[in-house]
Amino acid sequence: MLYREAGDFKTSYSADSQTFPIRFDRWGYYVVLALAFGVVPFLINDYWASAVLLPFLIYAIAALGLNVLTGYCGQMSLGTGGFMAVGAYACYKLMTSFPDVNILIHVLLAGGVTAIVGVLFGLPSLRIKGFYLAVATLAAQFFLVWLFNKVGWFYNYSASGQISAPTREVFGIAVTGPEASAAAKYLTCLSLAVLMAWIARNMTRGSVGRKWMAIRDMDIAAEIIGVNPLAAKLSAFAVSSFFVGVSGALFFSVYLGAVEVTEAFGIQKSFLVLFMVIIGGLGSIFGSFAGAAFIVLLPVFLKNVLVGGLGWATDLAAHLEIMILGGLIITFLILEPHGLAQLWRLTKEKLRLWPFPH
Amino acid sequence: MPEQLLFAMEVTLNGLMSGVLYSLVALGFVLIFKASGVFNYAQGVMALFSALTLVGIMEGQVPFGHMINAIFGTEIHHFGWHVPAVAAILLTMVVMVALAWAVNHFIMRHLVNQEPIILFMATIGLAYFMEGFGDLMWGADIKNLNVGLPQGLNSFIDETTFNALGYGFFIDNLDIVASVVAALLVIALVIFAQYTKQGRAMRAVADDHQAALSVGISLNFIWVMVWSVAGFVALVAGIMWGSKSGVQFSLSLIALKALPVLMLGGFTSIPGAIVGGLIIGVGEKLFEFAIGPMIGGATENWFAYVLALLFLVFRPQGLFGDKIIERV
Repeated sequence: MLYREAGDFKTSYSADSQTFPIRFDRWGYYVVLALAFGVVPFLINDYWASAVLLPFLIYAIAALGLNVLTGYCGQMSLGTGGFMAVGAYACYKLMTSFPDVNILIHVLLAGGVTAIVGVLFGLPSLRIKGFYLAVATLAAQFFLVWLFNKVGWFYNYSASGQISAPTREVFGIAVTGPEASAAAKYLTCLSLAVLMAWIARNMTRGSVGRKWMAIRDMDIAAEIIGVNPLAAKLSAFAVSSFFVGVSGALFFSVYLGAVEVTEAFGIQKSFLVLFMVIIGGLGSIFGSFAGAAFIVLLPVFLKNVLVGGLGWATDLAAHLEIMILGGLIITFLILEPHGLAQLWRLTKEKLRLWPFPH
Repeated sequence: MPEQLLFAMEVTLNGLMSGVLYSLVALGFVLIFKASGVFNYAQGVMALFSALTLVGIMEGQVPFGHMINAIFGTEIHHFGWHVPAVAAILLTMVVMVALAWAVNHFIMRHLVNQEPIILFMATIGLAYFMEGFGDLMWGADIKNLNVGLPQGLNSFIDETTFNALGYGFFIDNLDIVASVVAALLVIALVIFAQYTKQGRAMRAVADDHQAALSVGISLNFIWVMVWSVAGFVALVAGIMWGSKSGVQFSLSLIALKALPVLMLGGFTSIPGAIVGGLIIGVGEKLFEFAIGPMIGGATENWFAYVLALLFLVFRPQGLFGDKIIERV
């Protein structure tokens, strides 16, 4: 009854092409934003920030990035962890080399550096397709992690080989380092996540995004109708790596504070982000957020039930957890290959007619 | 002979030996890919799972012991018997066949006609599931696997080369056994594929699913069979790797090492898997030997991938792969 476009007349082109054409959707979006910015920062505590909200927002940015590449442009990548590491180390080098510059600028610059690296590793995509490309991106994953492990310059020759984020402030409030409050960290990640989602949404429905999708659906046909595959594929790699780099920078500087590259950005991370994209839905902005929420919440939920509720040992719960994760992925692929985003779409279709059956 | 050259020769030989082990894993990939078009990421975890099962059966461990103890508060760990290696291997094979049936029945059957990428994701999901399942069933601690294969320095080669060249080559007995087993396995697989009824049916399915179906070949049966054969190959690989470095999680990571092997050799070629494995094995050992010390070592982590990447730029279908033909 509430959710319908009937009676919602558009009188201008801009109104017609807006992101949320249905009034209920639009208001829902505004309410979520208002709650996220206006209410949550006052309620947040350290547990919620570090266990749920920060990883959710940061992974959502990474998932957006991978979704641009895999979901929209159809180029499979298993190098997400490596590119996140590039973002993290670029951010670290910038933070320590230019301590006076605003951290937000560093984070965005780190994204830029990652974009350049991403384009470099994206070059083979012009010759290699499908699985072969997926395996080729593994070269990026392993090579980059090795590089950050071995070359001392990247971690400023610290004895432990770790990098740790010094305290940096935005508008006089610490957002990184040990003194940063949960609310400040949360707001930093939230603002960037919203910004990134806004960029991604508008890019994917513009001419760039349509070119990506043309390449995804059939690259040879796209080339024939005038889409330049070089520009389309490399721009997808650049934009995707930018997002992933930003998320890596945040993951290191705001969320963890100190990372060791093989542990934080290993191949498992690449798979984790890939799962988010698959479970959320390939080629969907909402899906990136839904998938990230799902993958972040599932272990927290299982841990609370198994360890907290049933009193099992943590290692047992951990085994059961990856088992359930794997099982759920298979179940999702069988029941709904298009992910949570498709379920949401179907729900919306039903809502339009509700309470009538047809 | 100069010492450097002798070292390089020894490194090459050892590289060949470890290349054989990569080939063993890659072989399982190729089999499934050829017969069902599924890129089975779970092959490495299958090797881990089979090795875990083998150790568990041999030592008479109670499956799901930890979980049962956690739920019912009991304290059971072992049945208290030891199964001889041969019987345990046979029992493990039964488990792997059951697994093949389950995979086909619960997963692959429902994903017929999906895009390859979806199938690939499903096998990643399967890999996670089996990893958790294996740990839950047998426990996650590192186990020793000893099925009676000879291990340690091969003194014959050591002595002969020492007498002939003045420098004894260090070659592990286990590597030699692994090479022999791999060679036998490949010959057996080729004979199976070329000269038996089931093998012919398998090749027919690989060639064209629908045509095979229309001449009366049961796809379900063939797929269960292929997954069982892949399970068998995984078991062999699991025994070799498990004897070499213990049964532990890192065993499943050899699947990742098998990927560049496949890319080099081509996804559809059994000889390709062997040659690719040897090239990668020798290449990474020699590179680590020659260039590694200059740039900080541990280059084995990425060398295979970068080599495969560079190679693919010039020959996208790999060494022996079928030519990729694209139609609009």
